[in-house]
Order: sequence, then structure tokens, then C-alpha cells
Amino acid sequence: MKTRNLLLISAALAGLSGAAQAENVLTWGANRDIGSLDPYSYGDSFTINVLNHVYEGLVRYDKDLKIEPALAESWEILEDNITWRFHLREGVTFHNGNPFTAEDVVASLTRVSDETSPLKGNLPAYVSSEVVDDLTVDVTLNGTYPLLLNDLTNIHIFDNEWMTENNALKPTDIGAGTEGYATYNANGTGPFVVESRQPDAKTVFVVNPDWWDEPQHNLDRIELTPVTSAATRVAALLSGEINFTNDAPVQDLPRLAAAPNVKVLEGVDLRTVMIGFPFRETLTTGEANPFKDRNVREALYRAIDLDLIHQRVMRGKSRIAGATIAPEIPGYVEALDDLPGFDPDAARNLLAEAGVPEGLEFEFNCLSDGLVNEEQFCQAIASMWTRIGLSPKLDVAPRAVQSPKRTNGATDVYTLGWATLPLLDSYSPLLQIFHSKDGNAGVFNWGDWSYPEVDALIDAAGSELDLTARLNLQTQALQIVKDEMIMIPLHQQPMAWAVTENVADMPLFSDNKPRLWFAMVDSDS
Amino acid sequence: MIAFLIKRTANAAFVMLAVALLAFVIFRFFGDPVEMMVNEQATQQDRIELRERLGLNDGFVTQYTRFVTNAVQGDFGISYRNQQDVMVLIKDRFPATFELVLVATVISLVVGIPLGVLTAVHRDSRLANILQLGSIIGVSLPSFVVGILLILAFSVSLGWLPAFGRGDTVDIGWWSTGLLTPSGRMALILPSLSLSTFQITLVMRLVRAEMLETLRADYIKFARARGVPIRRVQWRHALRNCLMPVITLTGMQIGNLIAFALVTETVFQWPGMGLLFIQAVTFVDIPVMAAYLMIVSFIFVALNTLVDITYAWVDPRLRDDAARAGGANG
Repeated sequence: MKTRNLLLISAALAGLSGAAQAENVLTWGANRDIGSLDPYSYGDSFTINVLNHVYEGLVRYDKDLKIEPALAESWEILEDNITWRFHLREGVTFHNGNPFTAEDVVASLTRVSDETSPLKGNLPAYVSSEVVDDLTVDVTLNGTYPLLLNDLTNIHIFDNEWMTENNALKPTDIGAGTEGYATYNANGTGPFVVESRQPDAKTVFVVNPDWWDEPQHNLDRIELTPVTSAATRVAALLSGEINFTNDAPVQDLPRLAAAPNVKVLEGVDLRTVMIGFPFRETLTTGEANPFKDRNVREALYRAIDLDLIHQRVMRGKSRIAGATIAPEIPGYVEALDDLPGFDPDAARNLLAEAGVPEGLEFEFNCLSDGLVNEEQFCQAIASMWTRIGLSPKLDVAPRAVQSPKRTNGATDVYTLGWATLPLLDSYSPLLQIFHSKDGNAGVFNWGDWSYPEVDALIDAAGSELDLTARLNLQTQALQIVKDEMIMIPLHQQPMAWAVTENVADMPLFSDNKPRLWFAMVDSDS
Repeated sequence: MIAFLIKRTANAAFVMLAVALLAFVIFRFFGDPVEMMVNEQATQQDRIELRERLGLNDGFVTQYTRFVTNAVQGDFGISYRNQQDVMVLIKDRFPATFELVLVATVISLVVGIPLGVLTAVHRDSRLANILQLGSIIGVSLPSFVVGILLILAFSVSLGWLPAFGRGDTVDIGWWSTGLLTPSGRMALILPSLSLSTFQITLVMRLVRAEMLETLRADYIKFARARGVPIRRVQWRHALRNCLMPVITLTGMQIGNLIAFALVTETVFQWPGMGLLFIQAVTFVDIPVMAAYLMIVSFIFVALNTLVDITYAWVDPRLRDDAARAGGANG
């Protein structure tokens, strides 16, 4: 309690001094709060995204979402091809003043890969790490693996000394029922320092004057205030109580755009929305499963009027997709984006040829709190399938209810959105969705398919260190996925942020993650 | 009297156990917390292990017994999502909810009682009819609509009051209060108004009905005959005799307000227990949901039991009846 009082007093003092100097404050109204100040505590990409302002990884994404050095200045793969040597940046300090060294990297990698860590899946190839000298670390993997850097963008580096002092070397284990120090306190190397936090009300970050990098932002202070209710968030933006939101509700965009003091930032998300099929012997009804037949899947594909969904349901703001990844993702080639074309008659013929009985019943599993306008496009698609003589039973419910059904194969056809995060590489959907179920692979292979030729290409890509060769393998695999129509891609979904007029620059990132170390506000506000 | 007390307390304990049981039955339909806790890259094996560590694979009876045993000792475990002790989470949020409910109650009395007297005294006047009509609207408008309308009017159009949040707070021991800072008081106005709309109309209608009854009583006529001024008769003698049921109702309604504050808190991003619960539902945070349900039902049960006991103490006749019927208000 004492520390909290101190925090409040210091917050009040900072507020007073701020009034004197006209600080540049950005008030960020998010649609939810972060779960904790510990990025390793919960598999939640929003929390990791926000805490990336405080903690940094060895590498990071730049403004164009390309990987660039951060806490590591350079790296090389040693002769055994499975050990990566990282040369760390000199002169970096944590917010508490401790110097950043190789010990910190080892302790952080150990912490995130601990058996009780919910994020250990983020470092799938990691085996061990070792201090070579103060500023050099060796990371050993379980095989040749090309995507370690992509993984490391999301692995935040903690201070070893700080964790040891506060008994936080291990992640918080909920099963053990004890709290962790890092839940309430943060000590990173990043551009912003946590000043105070009141859960569900306000978390304040102030600029780190000792940051190792040249700041490209002019913020002195970020106040993150969750505003769960969409209507209230819009009202707060219109009244200027918040000046940035990373979730402007689709239905309010015209109103926000018309307001004189608000700018709407619209773009297309990397997230590709797809429909998946069951490949099991029978459907949930007990009937034989016709979706194992490629032509049946094609019939369902050709029955969907993608243009109509784009125009009506997505209000013209989505990007119609033929590929299972967005064009920005490495591994994409234009040929993957070809569409089979909307043709309900052909679809009906395909069904007849495949001997699918008229009025075949199957479950169509959608989320009520998932993708943009998911309920609406699911309804639209269900009625399009009804028109070619099928009887989809639409099952819409929150994610928490639907996920167990999906992972246990207790449903038939389902939706899935995949943004390739955090890798930003086509290896991500290939390994996690299209590979056969096998340990780390195929975790999202909910339909239970198995294509040995696809698996072979993915496995080859997973150990190919040459970039061009690897992307070539991945493109081949994606082409088979497309030809076999394992899943039907629909579109990349729209995203919208909004800022008030005093925010001069807020780069919109297509992975839908705000990076406020690139934000500029007008000083005279 | 002692037998009655024991009986009432046992009754209350039984209600609490039943609530816990119901809560546990309901949680099965909320979904799987593990799916919300792990990230995209976790393997099936990771998920199974986590479920095992959280004890979610144990049988229903084992889980229920473990929950009740711990809950009796005040231990609700730690939140899946926030990784904090659930009791601490709720303790931090309780002052916000309680202040909101308290201010809403005060508003409902300060506004509702005079309006009730006015509509009773000027029974067929135009003003009374308008107020009566207004009270129907007040009862039937859902509180989130009232909240959003208030935000649109006072935050967006007029820009007088904040649209969300609690403003600055001051800590007095473990209690955080927004009543002592100007921004905290400003932030309280809209949420407490929106929470009290229903309550205002309730109080107003109750006072009106009681007043109409009382004004017909003989002692009112005698007072008038004695030459006591009419205002004094209405606002002092008559009103005083109407207040007993109002006080009872207000006491009982506090439990309701705490429960319904959930909607208001969501609309105004008021960092209270209701908001905590709503978020717990989204993330299937079972320890938080269970603790919230237990605490709110405890408040209900405690208020009811207290009222019963007070009545019994005041009116000995109720003791026997209540004991025989097994509690009037259980």
C-alpha cells in the first residue's frame, strides 16, 4: 500500500510539474486494459504490444515492419548451424539504472521458456542459452531454424538483478496461487517508463530520458485508459478526453470522420479471414463427411459471393483475398490471390457430381466476439450455402465457448482469422494451421487434415536458412493449400484507429499494433 | 430469540452454499479459460498441462468442495487474467462501487422524496401529471441508455463533465475515495445520476402512495382544524409518517444497486466490482467470477438477514411466525 501511495504522490507531482512545462501528453483510449505489467504472464498480444513501450527485445520491427537490431547490435549463426551468437548493444541501462548485459538475456529467455510460462510457445525452437562474455550470448536451438529473429521480436528482456532481488525469476504460476512481483512492477530498457498503474482506470508511462536510441516521437507522457464501451469511447474522443484510440467502432466511422476535431485512420489488417472444413470420417450429425472431397470444398467456395460480402457486410472496407496470407507477408506471390469466381450453378453441379445429398446438415461455427462483423458475414455465407441446397446450422457464441468445440473437433465448418503474428511470415500459418497435427505443428489444424507433401515442404522450410530458398518452399506449400482448397480465404479485414486533431503523426501499422515511439503530437495543445 | 438467530444464520449459510453451487454449474457454460490464457503458438500438450495445473480436470464435486473450503477461509485464489489475489482485486474495486451506490442512493432520496410529496399534494395538477409520466419513462428506460444519453448531452455537446473514469482519487488507508478531489466529484455526477434514475422514480412513487394514504388520516384533519399551516402538516407531520417504508426499501435496494451498478460501470468505465466482473466473464476468469457472485450474494443475504432480525427484535410477533415459516425473506 505504501508504494502505491508513493506512486500516487509522484504522479500528482509529475502532474503539477507537467502543467508548468506544457508536456506532450497522449491519452490513449483502448478498448480494454492490459492484464498485468508482466508481459510473460498471459498469452495476450495486446498486453505484449503495450508493454513493448517499456520492455524491448533483442530485435524489433521498424516502421515498415522489417526486423532491425534493438538490444542486439548484430548476430551470426555459428558453424554447427544451431547456435546463434548475439552481440549486445553497449551502454544500455534498465529504467532502474542497472546496466544491460548478457546475464539479463539468459535470465529472460529462461523465464519465458519456463514450463509454467504460458508464452513458452513463442520460442518453439529454443533449447538453452549461455553467457559468452558481458555483451555476447549464445542461443542454442533444437535444429536449424530460420525464424528465431521473428520470434525474438516479442521476447522482452528483463533485468536479471531486479528479478533475483524480487524473486521474479520464474513467471507467475496461477496454479500455485501466489502473486508475482513483476505483475505490479516493470523495469525494462524501452522508450517509456511505467509511472503508475491503476487497473481498469489508468496506466501512465513517461518518457525515458536515458533511452539508448534516438527518439522519433515527441511524447512526454502516455496515459492508457481503457474504455470498454464503444459508444463511450467515441464520445470521449469527440469531447477530446482521449486523443487516440486503436479501436474505432466500424459503425461510428462516418460520424467520427465528420467531426471537425477527429481524424480517422483506416487501413487493411494483415489478418486473413478464412473458412475451414472438417476432414474427419463423419460429421457431428453422424453422417458421412463429404468435405473430404476437394470438389465439395470447391462447390462451397464458388457458392460464396465475395463481392457482395465485401460491399454489404464489410462496407467496401475489406480486401478480397484469394491467398491465405496478406500481400505484405513474405512468401506471398500474386498468383496465390487468384479467385475461382462466384458461380452457384457450377457449385450445385459439383455437389451433385460428388453425390452430396440435398439439404445436407452441418454445423457452421462462428464467434460473436471474434473477427470484424463476423456474425453478419457468417449469416450471409450460411444463406449462400442454403441457396445451393445445403442446410448449414449456424452456431454463434463467444470465443471462450466456441474454442473448446473447435479444438476438440466437436463442430464441422468454422471461421478462422490469421494475421501471422508474431512472426509476420507465411511460415506461421503453414506450421500452425496447414501442417498435420504433431507437437508444435498443426495446433490450429482443427479440421484434422494431413497432406504429406505440404508437411514435407513446411519441414524443409523450417530448417532452410537461406531466405529465398525458404520463401520458395513456403510459396509452393501455399499453392498446394490453395489448389486443394484446404481452407477458403475470404478477405483481409478492415481496421480503424482514430486520433484528435492535435495528434500530428500516428503511423498506422497493418498488424494493428500501435507503436507510440513513432507518434508526434502538437506541442501547443 | 437465540433459536431464531441460529435458524436465520443457518438459513443464510445455506443460501450462500446454494449460490456457490449454482455459480459452479453456470461456469461450465462459460467455456474454457485455458483457451484464453495461452497464446497462438502453445501446443495441445501445453494446454493439457495448464488445465491440469489449474485443477480444471478434477471432478465437479472436488472442485466445488475445494472452492467452498477455501472461500470460507477468505481465499478465492488468484485471477487467471490479472494474476493478482482475487480478494485484493475486489477490495481495491469495492470503494468505487460503494461510493457510486451511496451517492446514487442519496440522490434518489433527495430528489425522489420531494417529488413524491409534490405529486401527492397537488394530485391532479399538470405538474404532477407530467412528473408521473416522467417517472414511467424513468422506470422503463434501461440504465445504459440513460447513461449514453447523459454522456452525449453533458460530455460531448456541453463538455461540462467527463464521459468516463473516476477522476483523481485519494487513498485513506485501503479505501480510495473520489469524493475529496474536484475531478473525482465531477466524474461521480453522471454515473450516479444514471444509476439513480430508476431508484428516484421508485422512491417518488412510494412516497406518493404513502402520502395519499396518510393525508386521509384523522390526525391530519385535526391538525388542519387546529390551524397548523398546511405546508407544515404536509412536509412535517404527514411526510414523517411515510418515511419508515422508504428507509426499509432504500436499505434493501442497496444490494440491488450494487448488482445493477455493473451496467453503469461498463458504460462509464467506472473501475468498480461490476466492471471487474464483466471483464472476468469475457476472459472466463473463474476465480474472479466466483468471488464476485459470492460477495454480492453475501451482501444481499446479510441485508435481508439483518432486516429480518431487526423486525423480529422490534416486533415479537414475527419471531414465532418467522421461525415456523423458516424465514420470511430468505
